Amino acid sequence: MTVLAIIRATLAKDLRLEWRSKDAINAMLFFSLLVVVIFSFAFDPTAEESRRIAGGLIWVAFLFAAIVALNQTWARELRNHVLDAYRVSPAPANPLFLAKAFGNFIFVSVLEALMMPLFVIFYKLRPLGPAWELLPIAILGTWALVVNGTFFAAISLRTRSREIMLPLLLFPISIPALLGLVNATTAVLTGEESARFWIALLLAYDVVFTVACLLLFETILEAE
Amino acid sequence: MKRGFPILAIVTALLLSFGLYEALIGAPTERTMGDVQRIFYYHVPSAWTAFLLFLINFAASVTYLIRRNAKADMLALVSAEVGVVFCTVVIVTGPIWARPVWGIWWAPGDIRLTTTLVLWLIYISYLVLRRFSTSGQTAVIAAVVAIFGALDVPLVYFSIWFFRTQHPSPVIGDGGSLDPRMWHVLLINWVAFLCLAWLVCWTRYQLEVAARQVEEAQALQSLHEVSR
Repeated sequence: MTVLAIIRATLAKDLRLEWRSKDAINAMLFFSLLVVVIFSFAFDPTAEESRRIAGGLIWVAFLFAAIVALNQTWARELRNHVLDAYRVSPAPANPLFLAKAFGNFIFVSVLEALMMPLFVIFYKLRPLGPAWELLPIAILGTWALVVNGTFFAAISLRTRSREIMLPLLLFPISIPALLGLVNATTAVLTGEESARFWIALLLAYDVVFTVACLLLFETILEAE
Repeated sequence: MKRGFPILAIVTALLLSFGLYEALIGAPTERTMGDVQRIFYYHVPSAWTAFLLFLINFAASVTYLIRRNAKADMLALVSAEVGVVFCTVVIVTGPIWARPVWGIWWAPGDIRLTTTLVLWLIYISYLVLRRFSTSGQTAVIAAVVAIFGALDVPLVYFSIWFFRTQHPSPVIGDGGSLDPRMWHVLLINWVAFLCLAWLVCWTRYQLEVAARQVEEAQALQSLHEVSR
């Protein structure tokens, strides 16, 4: 099987599983809905204030929600020893990782697309900067969270209480990505400064950690 | 090796007391900050020692992944633990110094402050991972996480570099505006801190060796009991 075929097969399987069970997406949607509602009660901001805080709020909500999808990425493969079967098969490790990361990317992107309108309504958002920039920010930022998240989920498989371990590992490493995301979004919403630098930072973060994940994933998969 | 330990301990104690005397009495008082500035002789050497230990941790982790050598793994563990202790000293002494000088305890946009804090958080998560790991592969996954942490540091640095920085940069380097007498005291304290770090690492390393021997012996013993 070629690399592309492995990616396609694994990704299709994960998407089909999620389409039929809707476990992760439902939990993530409800979780971020709760965050939106609770914070709008807690702050009740004016349009001006909400432009300043919404960037931080949106991405923290998505990061916490993404943990749900990330945690079940590999846990699903432990049942029936699917991961062991993959390990003894001659298929290379990286396509499996990429398929899982793409899958998570799709789940989190769907979540973002569904939740964005709610954020706009609850926080009376109207960007003053170039709104199209939000698209590259969201794509690069989501990949930044998801690529490391998928990798650390594979690491936390090897620990006790793995569901707690994942955020403990992921959050410190994700601080630059989160800084970039929040500042870029705030820059676009307030229109006071350019988001260019932060987009470049997100791009650099993505490149560095995607390469690192691909170089080291095999080591993690074989560690048993 | 065993005989070296008390000698190093005595040297460390002498250097630390001499360094303390020099920092509190020997060094000249700084013109604008006054006596508060003397915390500098603890803040900066701790920071340098912590960064050096984290560098050792990174090198040991890479070595472990290449050679799979148990000694490299133990060195990585020990340097991370001791590094976190020194880094904690930096993070505690920083705000104590900042409050009277800058007027605030903490400057969130400051580059060195925040980079140090993130570094501290990364290494704590590294130690938590080591504690929580169940499989026999703790060393491998810990080494991988250490490499990710090291890759993160420059990105944190650049992301905060974009903000205006509040930290006093020209004190060290940049034409040496630091009084030579102060340099002298700073270096004495750094040497003393390095000796202390070495002493603690050495002890912790021996402890780790002993702990692993005990673990191995227990595993062997339970194997014997099963086979009997």
